[in-house]
This record gives sequence, structure tokens and C-alpha cells, in this order.
Amino acid sequence: MAGASTRSGMSAALTLIGKRFASSLLTLLLVSMTIFVIAQLLPGDAAQEALGQSATPEQVAALRHEMGLDRPAHVRYVSWLAGMVSGDPGQSLVANMPVSEVIAERLPNSLLLAALSALVAVPVALAIGIGSAMNRGGRIDRALNIVTLSMVAVPEFLVATIAVLIFSVKLRWLPSIAMASSDMGWGDYLRGVAMPILTLSVIVIAQMARMTRAAVIDQMDRPYVEMAVLKGVAPVRIVLRHIMPNAIAPIVNAMALSLSYLLGGAVIVETIFNYPGLASLMVNAVTSRDMPLLQACAMIFCAAYLILMLIADVTAILANPRLRAQ
Amino acid sequence: MSEALHVEVKGLTVTARNAAGEVFPIVSGIDFALKRGEVLALIGESGSGKTTIALTLLGHARPGATIAGGSIRVGEHDLTRLDRAALAQLRGNRIAYIAQSAASAFNPSRTIMDQVIEPALIHDLMPRAQAEAKAVELFRALALPFPDTIGARYPHQLSGGQLQRLMAAMALITDPELVILDEPTTALDVTTQIEVLRAFKAVVLERGATAIYVSHDLAVVAQMADQIVVLSQGRIREAGAAAQILHAPADDYTKTLMAAARPAIRPAPEKIALPAAPLLEIRGMTAGYGKIGKDGRPRIPVLRDINLTIERGATLGVIGESGSGKSTIARVIAGLLPPASGQVLLDGEALPPGLQGRSRDQFRRVQLVFQNADTALNPAHSVGRILARPLAFYHGLKGNAARMRVLELLDLIRLPATLIDRPIGGLSGGQKQRINLARALAADPQLILCDEVTSALDTVVGAAILELMAELRRELGITTMFISHDISTVRAICDDILVLYSGTMVETGPRTAFGVAPFHPYTDLLIGSVPEMRAGWLEESHAGAAPPPIGEISDHPDLCRFLPRCAARVDGLCNTTPPPRRPLTKGSQILCHHGDESLCPL
Amino acid sequence: MMASAFQRAKALPVSGKVGLALVIFWLAVAVFGPMLAPYPVGAFVAYDVFDGQSAKHWLGSDYLGRDVLSRLLSGARYTVGLAAAAALLASTTGTALALTAAVGGAKVDEPLSRFMDMLISIPSKIFSLVLVAAFGSSLGLLLLIAAFTYVPGNYRIARALAVNLAQMDYVQVARARGEGRFHIAIAEILPNMIHPLLADFGLRFVFIVLLLSGLSFLGLGVQPPDADLGSLVRENISGLGEGALAILAPAVAIATLTVGVNLLIDAIGFSGKGKGR
Repeated sequence: MAGASTRSGMSAALTLIGKRFASSLLTLLLVSMTIFVIAQLLPGDAAQEALGQSATPEQVAALRHEMGLDRPAHVRYVSWLAGMVSGDPGQSLVANMPVSEVIAERLPNSLLLAALSALVAVPVALAIGIGSAMNRGGRIDRALNIVTLSMVAVPEFLVATIAVLIFSVKLRWLPSIAMASSDMGWGDYLRGVAMPILTLSVIVIAQMARMTRAAVIDQMDRPYVEMAVLKGVAPVRIVLRHIMPNAIAPIVNAMALSLSYLLGGAVIVETIFNYPGLASLMVNAVTSRDMPLLQACAMIFCAAYLILMLIADVTAILANPRLRAQ
Repeated sequence: MSEALHVEVKGLTVTARNAAGEVFPIVSGIDFALKRGEVLALIGESGSGKTTIALTLLGHARPGATIAGGSIRVGEHDLTRLDRAALAQLRGNRIAYIAQSAASAFNPSRTIMDQVIEPALIHDLMPRAQAEAKAVELFRALALPFPDTIGARYPHQLSGGQLQRLMAAMALITDPELVILDEPTTALDVTTQIEVLRAFKAVVLERGATAIYVSHDLAVVAQMADQIVVLSQGRIREAGAAAQILHAPADDYTKTLMAAARPAIRPAPEKIALPAAPLLEIRGMTAGYGKIGKDGRPRIPVLRDINLTIERGATLGVIGESGSGKSTIARVIAGLLPPASGQVLLDGEALPPGLQGRSRDQFRRVQLVFQNADTALNPAHSVGRILARPLAFYHGLKGNAARMRVLELLDLIRLPATLIDRPIGGLSGGQKQRINLARALAADPQLILCDEVTSALDTVVGAAILELMAELRRELGITTMFISHDISTVRAICDDILVLYSGTMVETGPRTAFGVAPFHPYTDLLIGSVPEMRAGWLEESHAGAAPPPIGEISDHPDLCRFLPRCAARVDGLCNTTPPPRRPLTKGSQILCHHGDESLCPL
Repeated sequence: MMASAFQRAKALPVSGKVGLALVIFWLAVAVFGPMLAPYPVGAFVAYDVFDGQSAKHWLGSDYLGRDVLSRLLSGARYTVGLAAAAALLASTTGTALALTAAVGGAKVDEPLSRFMDMLISIPSKIFSLVLVAAFGSSLGLLLLIAAFTYVPGNYRIARALAVNLAQMDYVQVARARGEGRFHIAIAEILPNMIHPLLADFGLRFVFIVLLLSGLSFLGLGVQPPDADLGSLVRENISGLGEGALAILAPAVAIATLTVGVNLLIDAIGFSGKGKGR
């Protein structure tokens, strides 16, 4: 009997996960429309922009035709979307090369930076979050609360500036400009990206630690925790065996939110340290109004966000027996 | 002498710290003692400190509170002198705790078995396999269904009564010498309560453990306790042997508690000379949630085929357990939930099914009073604003005229006029419930729908509200629908009674018909499950007997809803054929295959 | 009224008092700052660029030899003013839509919430970058862009509150009394969500300050000759290598403003949970 209910429970969970996946895809589709529509609202159009004010109407019309801008909007949307899906989001207007190539150069850098920062940030944030929750109301907790509360509100460029002041101006340990090129050894690479990682981690750790603490404390006030205390369960076991299974979903959600920030929110850190990542590429695209490139970058960031959220949702479904065995 | 005592509490004081940082006692000067194997009951209303005291027997104080003085001796240990590790050694091992709401005291993410055997494992008492075998044995002894597999389930898959018994299994897995039971049946329906009480008595108490039983219900305590300690506002009012407290209480407070626990039957007010036309009539009403299917039933039906009438000036009691749909009737009448089919007639005129299309006058004539005044009154508004709104909305009263009327209303519900500008937050539970009632009266309604208006209140406060309602009824002649889960309250104040089970009317009739047998089997269970304030009732009561075995149940949608729990079910009839509605000679109508003759032997 | 506000301030923990002081300080600077500036904003007054602290120039000079303090006092007005206006716009719009959804039933709620869910899955910085690319970044547009970017977040919080409150018994009583939807939204629901909404307003303000200074830092925000605090960091970025006061001062100014608001919200204790910046 129990076996049967577990099996049907698993299939119920799979259905639920399938639904979440479909819903994420739908959201991504809507996002693509929104981005496309906003990009089309650009005053003037790309052909005019490319040729400048002195171009004759005939020249503009010819270029418009060549670029396919004279087709109706929905046709252009479908062909753009088809291009996105097949890995060919068009031609970068400024770089004059396929958007896919421009992005292929930058994306690995961004992913690597995000991965390394996550590697630093996640364990530290978990330790701070759980530690201060267990010490709730105590000195350490209150001190950490003020610190993380401040860190989440500090602009990235201040963290970066202070890091530069300390590590490259005063101590002269690290270069103030990040280098990342393929012919660098790992040691040099790490020295080069140490400060970007540090800056990103500081902010992300503060966010994640606060949300982790909140998730754990939310559980600590539940009657089942008091029950565990009254069963004689030791504090560490209470956190690991009783609270964690219930807090895991909000914690993973917090992680996912913060990690999505590591990709898109890295804009300023990449710029300040001159790190050749995707976010600074997107800023260039904005400055030069390179719409195909901008749209592709935006779609990548949104997709990354949705994937992380999907992972968080799936974790929540698998962690919750109510959803697992409906 | 004191060697014979198993538990001894002396001069216990527990303090708490308020927002301003001041320390004040929440219980003080508590002394009691009990011998090995005795059961002591802590009785009191909310805020009396009974749970606080019970928790100190585990060496525990809730966050913000501190055990500030006195001694708590259990066996050879003084709990006030033990450090945290030593306390953890005793808890869940030699001293076990059964929490008030098992539904929230079980971890939702872990299986029952995992949690039940955890005390045995963390205290290194036995290997896992042995603990699991012992748990299954306890499940069986506690009369739980599927004892061999129930451990693999998660809390959300089980009912409140089952969880409460599983919690007992968790407490007993280590064979504790002292068990603390903290209001273990308060959250349950009476018909479930009796099963759980039986299981507790058979398993917890008969194993010879000493027990502390916390409750607000004297009748429940009468079944369990050897000694009773009556508490009020953190102090002991009276303590002594159970029989003495129950039958010859010395303290005034105890006497008030006893009086409030069993409301006196009030004579119906002499009928006002009005035409005998019914004020409210419901015809063939079916309601629920979700889409309405082809057969005219909603996807999640809550009420099925409801027919009732309330005469002008009369009070109809609607009684049923949680989930029976009793509140839904009020919601349908008020228009909050449009019925799937059927009609609601007010004064002979059909009300539009939902809120839309009702005239302001139709709204005015029917007023709803919710159970919980804490949530029924907007905390952002003052007393005056809450009472003035219906005056302005229905009667166009403004300014001074409105204020005068608000003062009149406050006087009517026996509250001081000075409350008028106070925010709702500062009032007591009883005061809030009076305001809640006054807001309905402000509309000058014909019909008041009272949904469990006393169940969130302490017994004494609740009794005062019932008293007030009876007075208002005499003075204003308002027609009332009184929804409750408590059959003794309903029998005390209502003219007619409707018993609801799982959305169907199983018995209806005048109050007098509910004083004499025979009853519908569910009414019988309901009446038989209400604990009586004398020792030995639990053993004598026949309520909750196991239903006889029956064959396969057909899938006819109109089969008796009570079939799975019915002790009088008949194989080959009840499980194949929908029951008819038939009159009993005593004056009520029941929905059952049985009649006068066949119900009598029960 | 004033007295009770004063008493509440006195009851705050130390961190809250610090927060309150910082908030009041920056509000005062935003209002009176330009009048207190020792030098005209655009004037070249120092002999050296990236001068350190001195009696004449309390915060040194910038990359063109202008007085950093004077530029900071004027930049704060842009930062505080723009962010406050945008946060107010975002909060009122989001809350109005949320109330509409809460009392409007599934037919209004579902499409609106679906749309907002879609917008919220575009990371806010990315969203604002796309908007800036499409519309440009005049002051008015920046205000609208910042507000629009944070409407979905406020909507989500406000809707969760409003939908919960709409289930409360007192709202059911009001519905059964025959009250209209407008009365229910404004008189019954809204007053009970004011405190968390104020906290959320504070959070949105912080997010928007960071967003706008970030955009200005990237050169996509406030355009010269106007300059907010983020622009000051950007124009002096060449001083980063030598750790110039001209870059540190505006960055610290932004931090004290946002940290102050955060400390105050936390101390008051209605911390709403929102998506991060």
C-alpha cells in the first residue's frame, strides 16, 4: 500500500515538474516578445541609425529591405525567435560579425566568474546564515545582522573601490584590472579575477546569508521544533535533521536568486575591473544601440534566471512530501 | 513520606520579560506533588499558566520565559539544577511530552516512523529494528489503522485523531516514568476525542506511568485524573482529589468554571404573536466549490440537498463537526457562496444566489456574525467606526445621530461608552465578540447568522455571551441561526436543531426531540461522545463502538455519508441503497434506513 | 502625532537610530545641499586634480580640479530626488494594481499576475538596460524606467498581502454587508497593509538608488552636465588606481544613504521579503 502510494506520488511530482518546466518555457516566450517589442520601440530604426542623418530616403529603404526591416513585425519576431532557438540571433551591427560569435567569446568568461564566485559564496553564506540563526538574538547574530544588512545595500563600485585600495594600492598584491585571456595560466588567471570574485561574493554572501537565516528561523518557531527539543534532540541534530528538510526549499530559492545576480548583476563589477564578460558586452550593446546583440544578451540572462528558478522549484517539489506524494 | 512521592513541585515561579524589558511572573507559588502512577490534572482557562507549568516538568520554558525559582523534583533529579545536556538526557527518555496539536508538532517532512522511534535512537535505548517493532506494537495497542504500514506515511496523510495517538506512541516508545499531556484532545471533534481518550487511558495510564494532564475541560479531566489543580492567572486557586473538586468545589472560581461548563437549558421565550409564516426557508440547496458538473453537483460538494425553515423569532441550531459544512450554510444564505442549485427564501421572497443583484435592504435584513472576533473586526478601525459603518451604509445615519446610536448599541451589549474611540486591538476577547454582535445589530436585521460565536472564547466568557444573546432575543425578537459544534450549547438555547454530517442533514427536529432516544446513529454518537462530569463515564459510554463489517460499497453518489463510521449499518442495505428521510415518533426526521423500532435497541 | 513619532524614534535600537539619522541627514542634503555648497558645481577651483583632503576642499578635488564636496552636495539631490520619486511611483502603481487584483476576482487577478510574473523574470538591471537602450536616458525617462522596473516587485508583495487580507473575516463581513469593491479595497484592506508597504517602499528606494547610480556609473544614467552620485564615481574612475578621495567620497555617500534606509527598515521591523536588486 505504501509502495503504491509512493510510486503514484513520484509520478505526481513528475507531472508537477513537467508543468513547471512548460510554464518556464511559456514565460521565456513571453519575455522574448516583451524584449522584442521594447526593442522595436526604438525611435528611428536600425537602418537610419546605421546610415546616419545624411542618408537619402532611398538608401535607407534599400538597407531596410536588406536588413528585413520592411517586413511586418510579427514576421520579424518569428524569424528572430527561430534564429535565437537555432543559435543564430543575427548580425551584430557594431562588431559586424554574427552575434553568436561575439557572445561565444564572452559567455565562458561570465560563466567561469559566476561559478568561481558561487564556489566561494555559497558555503560562506550557508555557514553565516545557519550560524546566526542558531545564535538568534545573541551578540554574534546581531553583529552579523548589521553587517549583512549593510552589505546588501552597498553599491558594488564601493566594494570594488575599497578592494582596490586595500589589495592593489596599499598591499600591492593584486592587479587593479582583471585580465582574462586564453593563454594565461590558472595562477595568473586567479590572481587576475580575485578582486572581481571578492567583490561579487561579498554582496551575494550578504543576500544569501540573510535569506538563509530567515528560512531557518521561520522553521525554528514551529511547534515541531519545540517537540524535538522536548524529545531531547541535540541542537545540531535539530538543525540538520529536523529544520533543514523543511528549510531546504526556501534556501535553494535564495541561492538561485543570488546566483542569477552573479550573471546579470555583474555588469558593474565587469566594467570596473575591465573583465571581458557578457554583462559588459551588453552595456556596450546599449551604448552603441546594437539591438540584435542586446536582445540576445537579454534573452540569455532571462533564460539563466528562469533555469535557476526552475531548479529551485524542482528542489521545492522534491523536498516537500505534500507535493511529492499528493 | 516525601520518598514515596514521584514528582514534587515546590514554590515554582516562571517569569517573562515584556517589550519594555520589565520582568514579571507568569506563574508563581506553585506547589503540588504526586505519587508514582498517579495522574494530576492542571485545569485553567487560557492565560492561566497551565501549559507553562507542564513544560517546566521537562525543565523547559518557552522563548522569553525563565524558570526563576522553586524546585521541580522528578524521581531523584531536581530539574532546576540540571544543565542542558542532563535535561536532554531525561527528555524523550524518562519524561515524555504529548503536544496539543499533533498536526503541527510532527515534522511535515519526515515519516511518522522516523519520528516515533527517534527518542529511542538518540538516547541509545535499542537498535532501530527493535524500536520499529515496538512502535508497530504501540500502533496496534492504540487502535491505529494499518499498524504495520502507517509508519511509512507522512503527517499530512493522516487525520488529527490518528496523529494524536501516534504522538502517544512516540512518547511511550522509551517507556517513560512521567508523561506530560498538554491539552491532547482540545483540537479534536468530540466524536474523535472519545476514541483518543480511550486509547490514552488504555495505553498511557494503564502502563503505570505518572502523568500530568493539562486541560481546560473539566469533564475530560474527570475521566483521567486522580488529583486536580485549578489555576487562574498563574496561581493555584484550588487543589485536591478529583472527586472533591468535581463534586464539592470550595473555591468560587472553581464553582464558576463548573457552572459555565454546562449551560443551563433556557426556556424558549414565549412566542411573539406574529403570523406563522417562516422567515427563512431553504429549498433543495446544494453547494460547494469548483465547477458545477452535468449532474448539477459542484466538483467539491460541501452541502447536499439542504431543506430548512426558521420561523420568525425562533432560533435554529445547526450542529456538526469540523468539515461538516455548517459554516457553508451561513455563507450561502449571506450570499458569499452562490449555491449550485436550490433556493434561499427570505420572508417568502427568493434571494439572488450570490452577492450580485441583492438590494441593500436584502443585505441589511441578513447579518453574519463570525466565530473569531479577532479576525472579524478590522484591526485598523476603532470601535466607533466599526459600529457606525452599517448605520451610515443602511440607514444613512451620520454625525451626531450616528454617534448617539453607537452609544445606544454599546449600552445594549453592556459595554461602557468610553470604548467608542478605542482601537480594536486593545479589547479583550469577550469585548470584541460583543462588538462583533453589535455590528450585526446596528443593521437592524431580521436574521442573524451566528457562526460558532463562543468557541474561540473561554467557557466563562462564552457563557456570558450566550446570556447576552438570550436577552437580546427576548428584547428584540430577532430570528437566529446558531451554528456550533457543541451539542450541549445548542440544546440549551435553540428551538429547533439540525444535525449535519458531511454536508447532509441527518436529523432535524424540535429541541425536545434531542432529549430522548432514539436518535440517528450519528446524533447518537455525537450526544454519547460529550464527556460527562463524573469519573467512570468513559468506561460506561457506548459511543464510538466499532462498526460491524460490511461488504463492498457501491458507488451510488447518494449513499449514507455516515456509513464508514456507523455502528448500526446493515450489510446489503446501507452499502447499496441511499437512505430515505423518515419521521420518528418523538418528532424529528432522520436520514436513515432504520426507524423507531430498529434504532431503539442501540 | 509628532510626539508619538518622536517617542517611536526614541524606542528604536541603536542601529535604527543610526539609520534614522542617516536618512534625515540625506533628506536634508537633498533639500538644502546646493545652497550649502562652498563652490559652484561646475567651477574649476583647485590647482591639482585628485587632490586629497584639505581645508579649502574638504573632500579634495576631482579629475578636472573641481570641488568634490560641492559636486557631491548637488549630486545627492539628483540621487535622492529621482529615487524617491521613482520609488513612490513604483509603489503606488504596484499597490493600486495589487488591490485591483485582490478585489477583482480571478478574471482580473490571473492575467495581471501572469503578466507581472513574466516581467519579474527579467532581471531588473537587464530590464532597465533594455529600456534605456530603447528610450534613452533623459531624467524623466530614467524616472519612468526605474519605476517601471520595480513595479512588478512591489505588485508581488502587495498582492500577496492584499489577497491574504481579502480572505479575512472582516472583509467577508463587509462583502456580506453589500459593500462595493472600492470601499473594500480602500477602507478595509489598504489600512492593514500600510506598514509592510512602507517597508517595501524603503526597499524599493534602496534598489532604485543602486540601480540609478549603477546606470550612471555605466554612463547610461544621468547625463552631463547633470550629475548624480553615480556619475561622480564614473567621472573619477581614472583615479581608482591611486585610490582618490574623489571616487571614494560619492561611493561612500551612496552607501551611507542606502545602508541608513536599510538599518531603519530593519529596526522598525516590517521587513518585507522581496526579490534582491
